[in-house]
Amino acid sequence: MNPQAFIDGLIAGSTIGLGAIGLTLAYSILRFANFTHGDFLAWGAYLTLTVSGLLGGLAAGLGAPVHPFSFGWGLPLAILGGAALTVLLALGLDRILFGRLRARGADVIIIVMASFGASMALRSLLEFIFTAKPVYFTNALQIAKPLGLGMRATPDQLLVIGMTAVLVVGLHLIVTQTATGRAMRAVSENPALAGVYGIDVAQIVRITWVIGAGLACIAGVMAGLLVQIRPYMGFDLLLPLFAAAILGGIGSIPGAMLGGLIIGLAEAFTVQIIGAEWRAAVSFIILVLVLMLRPQGLFGRKEA
Amino acid sequence: MELIAYAAFFLTVAMTYAIICLGLNVQWGQTGLFNVGVAGFVGIGAYVSGALTTPETIDRVGGFDLPILVGWAAAMATGALLSLAVGLLTLRMRADYLAITTFGIAVALQLVFQNAESLTGGAFGMAFIPRPFAAMQSEAIMFNLANLGVTCAVVLVLYLLLEHLARSPWGRALRAVREDEVAAQALGKNPVFLRLQAFALGGAIMALAGAVQAHFIGFIAPNNYLPMMTFQVWAMLIVGGSGNNRGAILGAVLVWAIWALSGALISELFPADQQARAASLQIVIIGVMLCIILLWRPQGILPETRSVSRHLGRRNKDQ
Amino acid sequence: MSALSVEGLKAGYDPDLAIVKGVDFSVDYGEAVCILGPNGAGKSTMIKAIAGLVPILGGSVNLGKNSVAGLPPHALVRQGLGFVPQTENIFTRLTILENLQIAAQLLPAPDRRSRIDAMLDMFPDLGSRPGEIAGALSGGQRQMLAAARALLTEPEVLVLDEPSAGLSPKLVGQVFETLRRISDAGVTLVLVEQNVRAALALTGRALVLVDGQLAHDGPTDDLRDNRLLGELFLGHRAKGPSA
Repeated sequence: MNPQAFIDGLIAGSTIGLGAIGLTLAYSILRFANFTHGDFLAWGAYLTLTVSGLLGGLAAGLGAPVHPFSFGWGLPLAILGGAALTVLLALGLDRILFGRLRARGADVIIIVMASFGASMALRSLLEFIFTAKPVYFTNALQIAKPLGLGMRATPDQLLVIGMTAVLVVGLHLIVTQTATGRAMRAVSENPALAGVYGIDVAQIVRITWVIGAGLACIAGVMAGLLVQIRPYMGFDLLLPLFAAAILGGIGSIPGAMLGGLIIGLAEAFTVQIIGAEWRAAVSFIILVLVLMLRPQGLFGRKEA
Repeated sequence: MELIAYAAFFLTVAMTYAIICLGLNVQWGQTGLFNVGVAGFVGIGAYVSGALTTPETIDRVGGFDLPILVGWAAAMATGALLSLAVGLLTLRMRADYLAITTFGIAVALQLVFQNAESLTGGAFGMAFIPRPFAAMQSEAIMFNLANLGVTCAVVLVLYLLLEHLARSPWGRALRAVREDEVAAQALGKNPVFLRLQAFALGGAIMALAGAVQAHFIGFIAPNNYLPMMTFQVWAMLIVGGSGNNRGAILGAVLVWAIWALSGALISELFPADQQARAASLQIVIIGVMLCIILLWRPQGILPETRSVSRHLGRRNKDQ
Repeated sequence: MSALSVEGLKAGYDPDLAIVKGVDFSVDYGEAVCILGPNGAGKSTMIKAIAGLVPILGGSVNLGKNSVAGLPPHALVRQGLGFVPQTENIFTRLTILENLQIAAQLLPAPDRRSRIDAMLDMFPDLGSRPGEIAGALSGGQRQMLAAARALLTEPEVLVLDEPSAGLSPKLVGQVFETLRRISDAGVTLVLVEQNVRAALALTGRALVLVDGQLAHDGPTDDLRDNRLLGELFLGHRAKGPSA
């Protein structure tokens, strides 16, 4: 067995984990399975690419790769812009669609259905605007450096793993130590009571979308950086994202990250042993196993 | 004359979608289950029927040369069994877990259609699926009208059957479970068992639709059963009126018409090299339409007087 | 100006079905008032409407000089209303300290720690283990935490929905003893209660709600005579326009 699959799995798992965190937050605070989350990843990547292009037009130097990475200062700056735009997209979608359905007391399943419809529209809009042809953040090739034990990784890939770790730790600290984090946990347990306690629930909903969409954008950029950017990239990740969130336990940030890593590793080893064409089946099998054996996931609560 | 041939073709396709919608209506309209994997159930019906009825093929299971109706029956049985398995796994869970799992089923089935070459023919799919009126193929109008006749007959039979079922004790029990599960249980009804049956029935009908489509076109490929189809069918049911068999049929014809019209419009408006990209606009239109309907007229064009409206919010009740 | 005044209040979950059918009353600063009535009269619905949890279909609600009908619950807390629901009134997945910290967030930063400490002192059962998960608390302790949380922000008006519900007689005594302390400290108290005796002992004024309307509003002494109370509960004497 080639240990390279371990690194590949960690890398893929980081992207899945970051995306799953946003999904699990939305799931626990907004209480619905958001099928558009995958498309936030894709839109995040495309919006960042667009901003990066604009910046490159303004200052040519920003595109020049900064050693040892394949991208220049333009990309981190563009991510800020891309994330802001992705957040606007998510907030806008909540304002015109999900929020309206919530306000009239629609059943959760109707909101899920709306998210399914919106996700197809968003995805196809990307295809219309950018075409289905894959695009890339950078043309610079990267040499994979040996890490020992037969594994190799490019500097970009190591950066992705490192950034993910930083983001997850930071987010975990925010949720457990800050007032906003307490408020989010409160709304996740009982939104009506949270209001009685003085929490502005609508504000917490907005913050949830901001964090979820922001993380999705970063995850999308990572996937786009390491593989490629195409309109269906988010949708293809949707099943792994759901599987990771459910495996980790809905509402648990460490759980979502761990779930993502497990799925990433499982996929990488499956690709090595069985073949790349069966990769998507891994998430499905893990999902079914979790629902059969331990539906609350690793860190979730048993539903009453 | 060409127009009649085309109209017959168009309506036949719409009717096969109507079959899928009728099946989905049993699952959603009558039982409240959100199946996001419709395309998978349709596909499995198509492939099963194809596998049993196609002649001998190299590298792929085949050569049984069974009659078309046997293929259709086997498709329905497979659809029912698959639905039972899925239902047993998820029906006791929250509604969105069912949605996610059915979504996963469709993805997994898609992979099987794509990769299990010895069973499904892989990316090439299955060809030479026997067509009911193969002898008439040279005369477009007669051929298309004959197909239309068969498909309409299937829709009619299903419609009558389902309407009868809805008014039967079984249908009433199902409605009772939907309106007030606890009360229904107190009266001795077993909600999970009833839902399982409804789910299986819906799945069988969807598989039948896949088989009918397969024998109508004559060949199938994995790319026929993408989430796009699930999405189209849902749009059809919601627009037409969920909870309502007539709504299911109306929605199928209407949304298919919008799809075909927008497709024609797009090919008129956009230059040849932009066609593929413009096609994605069709999906945007349907997606936006679905969201608008959910916001402004969630009961659809032909509303059912009870059942579904309960899900759409207290402030949305039909008068 | 009254601490809380309600005029022509109509409220209910369904716009076509008012549970509270037109109620008028006011509570002065420092008063302790109880709201009694048979099951289904709409007592809980009424105070939930005042607290912003149930839609108000008509009429007005004033806290001091501010009109508050239609405001979301969190805005009402800022206006000086403290509400303790009957069930599910604490966050069981958070610690005792975290429950209090959420409430303290409404105060200016320098005051937060001192108010939290004041509540932990007032309720030693909570003060002895602030890091414990609230879900581990007993029924009586949960009520303590719920009350402590509501008091932390020093509300003008404290509204409680059946604080004695589900508690043993000894605990009921403890809860009402605490409420007595709170009332003596000058907090305006509005109490929905099924435990008529405890409520009448604590409060100075009683409102009786029957079928969504106010059937009686007067000093608690008037109701010590059980016959009047019985008649009100059984619906023979209803004040106001007939339904």
